[in-house]
Amino acid sequence: MGDINWASVFDWTSLLKCFVVGGIICIIGQILIDKTKLTPARILVIFVTTGAILGGLGIYQYLVDFAGAGATVPLTGFGYNLAKGAIEGVRQSGLIGAFTGGIKAASGGIAAAIFFGYLAALISKPKMKKQ
Amino acid sequence: MNPVESKQEYQKYVEEKSPNSPIFKNCFNAFWVGGLICTIGQIILNICKERSFDTATSGTIVSILLIGISAFLTGLNLFNKIGKFAGAGSLIPITGFANSIVSPAMEYKSEGYVMGVGGKMFTVAGPVLVFGISASILVGIIYLIFSTQSITLV
Repeated sequence: MGDINWASVFDWTSLLKCFVVGGIICIIGQILIDKTKLTPARILVIFVTTGAILGGLGIYQYLVDFAGAGATVPLTGFGYNLAKGAIEGVRQSGLIGAFTGGIKAASGGIAAAIFFGYLAALISKPKMKKQ
Repeated sequence: MNPVESKQEYQKYVEEKSPNSPIFKNCFNAFWVGGLICTIGQIILNICKERSFDTATSGTIVSILLIGISAFLTGLNLFNKIGKFAGAGSLIPITGFANSIVSPAMEYKSEGYVMGVGGKMFTVAGPVLVFGISASILVGIIYLIFSTQSITLV
């Protein structure tokens, strides 16, 4: 526990790059919200699909190498992770890997979202609707 | 006064008084909140690296933690307040995915724990998973085709 090098945890260049890239990706989303009539669900779908395509083309990898969590935490990173996993799966086990690889790579996030999502909804108090 | 004219005048007045200010303000808030959420992720990632987890495991830990935190913040009705302020800043990061699972589940809780909570969880997350996973399978198949012809995409 005590051997964590906090200087490299709070390495400001990596945090700054992460902050700026993550923020810019969110600005793109905000412009889509304000300037188009897309619903949030459609915007999330667009981001995931874009991430998967850019991941498949190997372009998103550059962004991940540059910005770390700034590129992987936005939903485009979720798509990138799925695509990267599918490619990894194909490398290891051929066609069947295209089906197993993506979810395998994103399994932690998906399982956590389902589990914590259900749990949080269970313990939540139903919101009183105004009006 | 002619009501149509006054309506137009009012619209003109509004446009003059608020020139693009909401979108700039929204984008600014989205930028710093979104950036901050990613930075929290990066700090968790760096701690994982310091404790010598591999890259894939570290990324999974970051996702699980951010998803867990935002799921419970949604359950406590706190996330919606952040969302109202930050817009895409909290929607686009993985936190928005967790929020999109919990909010409809909470809303339909009265319809029961199986079809209400269990079913409505996926009203927004379902399409995200359908398109994300389908796209990844297509990427895998295309990669397979290209790699067997020894043309590398990556």
